[in-house]
Amino acid sequence: MIPGTFEYHRPKTVVEAAKLLKKLKEARPLAGGHSLLPMMKLRLAAPTALIDLGGIAALRGIKKVGSKLVIGAMTTQHELLASALIQKNVPILHETAILIADPQVRYVGTIGGNVANGDPGNDMPAVMMALDATYILAGPTAKRSVKARAFYKGSYETVLKAGEIVTAIEIPAQGKHGYSYEKLKRKIGDYATAAAAVILTMKGGKVVMCSITLTNLGPTALLADAAAKALIGTSGDEAAVDAAVAAARKIMSPAHDTRGTPQYRTSVGGIYVARAIKAAMARA
Amino acid sequence: MNDMSPNKIEREAKLEGMGCKRKRVEDARFTQGKGNFVDDIKLPGMLHGDFVRSPYAHARIKSINIKKAMKVPGVLAVLTSTELKGVNLAWMPTLAGDVQMVLADGKVLFQNQEVAFVVATDRYAAADGCEAVEVDYEALPVLVDPFKSMDKDAPELRDDLKGKMTGAHGPRKHYNHIFEWQVGDKEMTDMAFKKADVTIKELISYHRTHPSPLETCQSVASFDKIKGELTVWGTFQAPHVIRTVASLISTIPEHKIHVISPDVGGGFGNKVGAYPGYICSIVASIVTGKPVKWVEDRIENLTSTSFARDYHMTCEIAATKEGKVQALRVHVLADHGAFDACADPSKWPAGFFNIVTGSYDFPTAHCAVDGVYTNKAPGGVAYRCSFRVTEAAYCIERGMDILAQKLKMDPAELRLKNFIKREQFPYQSALGWEYDSGDYHTAMKQGMERIDYAGLRAEQKKRQADFKAGKTRDIMGVGVSFFTEIVGAGPSKNCDILGIAMFDSCEIRVHPTGSALARVGTKSTGQGHETTWAQIIATEMGIPSADIMIEEGNTDTAPYGLGTYGSRSTPVAGAAIAMAARKIKAKAQMIAAWLLEVHEGDLVFDIDGFRVKGLPEKFKSMKEIAWAAYHQVPPGMEPGLEAVSYYDPPNMTYPFGAYFCVMDINVDTGVYTIRRFYALDDCGTRINPMIIEGQVHGGLTEAFAIAMGQEIRYDAGGNCLTGSFMDFFIPTAVETPHWETDHTVTPSPHHPIGAKGVGESPNVGGVPAFSNAVNDAFGFLGSTHIQMPHDYWRNWEAAKTLGLVK
Amino acid sequence: MSKVHVKYKVNGQDVEGLCEPRTLLVHFLRENLMLTGTHIGCETSHCGACTVDLNGKSVKSCTVLAVQASGGDVLTAEGMTNADGTMSALQEGFRQMHGLQCGYCTPGMIVRAHRLLQENPNPSEEEIRFGIAGNLCRCTGYQNIVKSIQYAAMKLRGEEFKEAAQ
Repeated sequence: MIPGTFEYHRPKTVVEAAKLLKKLKEARPLAGGHSLLPMMKLRLAAPTALIDLGGIAALRGIKKVGSKLVIGAMTTQHELLASALIQKNVPILHETAILIADPQVRYVGTIGGNVANGDPGNDMPAVMMALDATYILAGPTAKRSVKARAFYKGSYETVLKAGEIVTAIEIPAQGKHGYSYEKLKRKIGDYATAAAAVILTMKGGKVVMCSITLTNLGPTALLADAAAKALIGTSGDEAAVDAAVAAARKIMSPAHDTRGTPQYRTSVGGIYVARAIKAAMARA
Repeated sequence: MNDMSPNKIEREAKLEGMGCKRKRVEDARFTQGKGNFVDDIKLPGMLHGDFVRSPYAHARIKSINIKKAMKVPGVLAVLTSTELKGVNLAWMPTLAGDVQMVLADGKVLFQNQEVAFVVATDRYAAADGCEAVEVDYEALPVLVDPFKSMDKDAPELRDDLKGKMTGAHGPRKHYNHIFEWQVGDKEMTDMAFKKADVTIKELISYHRTHPSPLETCQSVASFDKIKGELTVWGTFQAPHVIRTVASLISTIPEHKIHVISPDVGGGFGNKVGAYPGYICSIVASIVTGKPVKWVEDRIENLTSTSFARDYHMTCEIAATKEGKVQALRVHVLADHGAFDACADPSKWPAGFFNIVTGSYDFPTAHCAVDGVYTNKAPGGVAYRCSFRVTEAAYCIERGMDILAQKLKMDPAELRLKNFIKREQFPYQSALGWEYDSGDYHTAMKQGMERIDYAGLRAEQKKRQADFKAGKTRDIMGVGVSFFTEIVGAGPSKNCDILGIAMFDSCEIRVHPTGSALARVGTKSTGQGHETTWAQIIATEMGIPSADIMIEEGNTDTAPYGLGTYGSRSTPVAGAAIAMAARKIKAKAQMIAAWLLEVHEGDLVFDIDGFRVKGLPEKFKSMKEIAWAAYHQVPPGMEPGLEAVSYYDPPNMTYPFGAYFCVMDINVDTGVYTIRRFYALDDCGTRINPMIIEGQVHGGLTEAFAIAMGQEIRYDAGGNCLTGSFMDFFIPTAVETPHWETDHTVTPSPHHPIGAKGVGESPNVGGVPAFSNAVNDAFGFLGSTHIQMPHDYWRNWEAAKTLGLVK
Repeated sequence: MSKVHVKYKVNGQDVEGLCEPRTLLVHFLRENLMLTGTHIGCETSHCGACTVDLNGKSVKSCTVLAVQASGGDVLTAEGMTNADGTMSALQEGFRQMHGLQCGYCTPGMIVRAHRLLQENPNPSEEEIRFGIAGNLCRCTGYQNIVKSIQYAAMKLRGEEFKEAAQ
């Protein structure tokens, strides 16, 4: 229940934060704290320094920059849900955010924390991958961008280097599109037993663009490329959906935990892919 | 005279006595954040204690090194079993006649078992101190399967019982065996099975779970060296028993031990027994000379305090081909974990499991229970269940459904055919209980009508056809549960806790100005006793409930009671309250007679005072009588107006009910929807309908959780997989179904106010309703029994086993 | 480890104190400020018994460092009573509709309900259940909590409470 001791820092700028993270051994950034603090209370994580990003104004805000939507990493799920820009341009984020945790956690939990942690149970990574979003990373001296699809290496393993933090997420224009995030969970607040994100566009009754991603069905969020390809060029009929589901199932390797056996989670995972495809098509 | 003139109605309403939805006294403080729970207590110089716990389920302790811990700033002491041995407290007796390690003595027997107790200036330092204690373990083979516990080569768990082939309850068959308990007529039952037209036999498991009240277990112990007095505040459902036990195991005489249960945030059975945390906080206070607080975390609560259930019941029913039950035969394998810390009345190692004949008229029955040790947390306790009654009810209610399926009879029809009839009460069951009263047919028919049972079965038939035709993937179940439970422990002739008879008590004192104070031996942990006990007194002796203060939980002032659990408060303490009120009423009548210058027999009690028969204007109110009691009593009578009653109940009470659950399950995902849940309860006389409804809602929610996913599960290495709220299923407001409640009233003939108690009924009757619904949904596809809990993934596994999904 | 200085406005009063960087807000409230109304029911941020209103948001105070939220404006159950000592609409609703039994989840539940009604003054039953899904209760089964919040919502809108037909 009680975390170990640590030094607390509250920098005012991104550069200051990044420098502290690089310099202090075993320092971790503190965003909303609703992933990190519970782990620290169980002493499963024991950083010797916490770099609180809460005082950095530059990390907040949702704005349109050209055709892209840029979301500051410290934007809370609650702020995401309240944003008219999000609801209009990237409604899948709205649909996903409401499925995350509970009202209190959404008031404090940040989009940056949700994408940067590398926790296979978090929902936003798969959705960002489906949107082909880009994460802006800042270190002490330099910035770089990394596609969400290239960011995750393994369970709790990302391409973040020492001293780097995610400062913003850029979402390319989606145009007129169908979308859906379907999540099976045991109860409110639980991680997904299985979840699927689908973004697609249709023209002349055929699917012309599609991305399908999966949450908590492997060590990281998964890009179901073959599944998406099975739909592209088709009318999204039963046979095409079945083919997409089969392809998606092939890449699933869910953990065996109290949510179910790998066989069960793979089976329902496929069902939720089908549901997400159908819902997205209905909205396209 | 029975007129309900407006004046009478008004006066009765002013009393707010029995039967009305009196709003709760407790709410004022709780809604304003002014409760007084154990962790709210702060005493000058108070220290904090915290446990070092074993990561291993079974291991020898090679060494414990506290050097680093003692260097942590704020750490003052570290207790191990060595220090406790010095005060003869390394082991403590359990309520089931076993002994339990307070701190690990040579070995550990379950994951998260207490190994050392670190005492520090604040809880943060104590946590740091725990991190710094170094324990060297040597892992031993782990036993988690109770079915393997009596194998020839099973790991031997209890070194302390080596060679002891007799336990507290008789001979032991194996080094991991605890007791065998048998009841009923084996010969007659076996014969009935031999002759029977139809029999069923099924292994029905009630999985391990945990009461998990929202407030964990905690204590503050303060030993005053100068006075030689110990004060302990704690989360105790039975504070007097704790005091007596504390006195027996320490050298402190009972009159110098003050045990206080302040506000307690839920009990559900979790807070009946004594835990190492209580003992260690007491010892630490004695050792340091300062108050010591112990507050456990949720993970500690779920993985080390007493679990519930873990009963594996082989149920056999013999019946005629027309569906009349002839015999019941049950064998139970009871997994007690590392120590038998079961909180049962001492003569009942399997609680009142022999209520397993349920609501049915079995001519003969026999049941046998074998208790065994495993490398799991010790226990078990009655999680909102009386004693093993939830297990028994689940066993018989599943058994009857399985029998109905075999007979191709409707489950409600089978029950109606076999219910004990109203005329048969008081009813002697084949396993030794005398059921006080019941009217099962009326309750069942009322329920069936209210939910349109026939309509539901017709709908189900169509759904089954649609499913087979491939038109839908959703199956539908109607779960029927008609439970009879046994509560109100209990008569001294067969109920005692460590030798103390299970009576209960009430002391009432009326003040000169007409208000009153009543102290009771029970302890509310949410049941609203401050509100309801006053209602009983108000009706019995005519003082408004708003003018009656109820106190519980302070063992110095409350008369001795056995506490609150097993729905015993209303049957036992409720009776004591009525009896004490009647003693006062009797004295009040004498005083009134004196004041009115008539003979006692000329008076009749009229709502809030005494009236002379035939002379209605000659009336003395209880308020006037109270004043008179302090200066104008008849010659020879003592002044004052108070009474105490210790009530030894002549029998248990037997609440019953009819529950129906309508459920849809999608076979491809295993996801279920509870479409409707109807609960009819008969708890006899109803003291406060609002509170009864609240109890039913709460108990049904617990039953829902248990049946549909809440479990304490271990892997083969003895690691607990569900030790936090991440995986231990506590539903939120979203998952929790809507509850429809209804009632009938069949008073208990032996209870002074005819009340039976109701707190645990919804958990007793609820679980079978949910589980029967799931089984009823799958039944037409060929399954006989699907074990609970019925998580989504398990429903899918059932569908897969039946060949419904790939 | 050296202490940090934190400042808050709690239930309308300015307060300050010293604590460790790792001190959880819930402990600062309960131990430094002796406001024991906010409770602790778990250590994995699931139960919501520790919910307070922080800067207009419902927050689990067990998952916030006192130093992290320093400067904030906090409302706890103790601060929900009206200035004249009478019960607020929610407190009255919980009493009228029997929305509590043991009382342990109640402070967190009421503080959350307060913010819920600010977010949505006329919530449906479904919205209420979803809105309190971060607060666990073991005693009531939530049904009467929903009614309690509906009662308060109606009272705050100036309407008289009418129970929905069962």
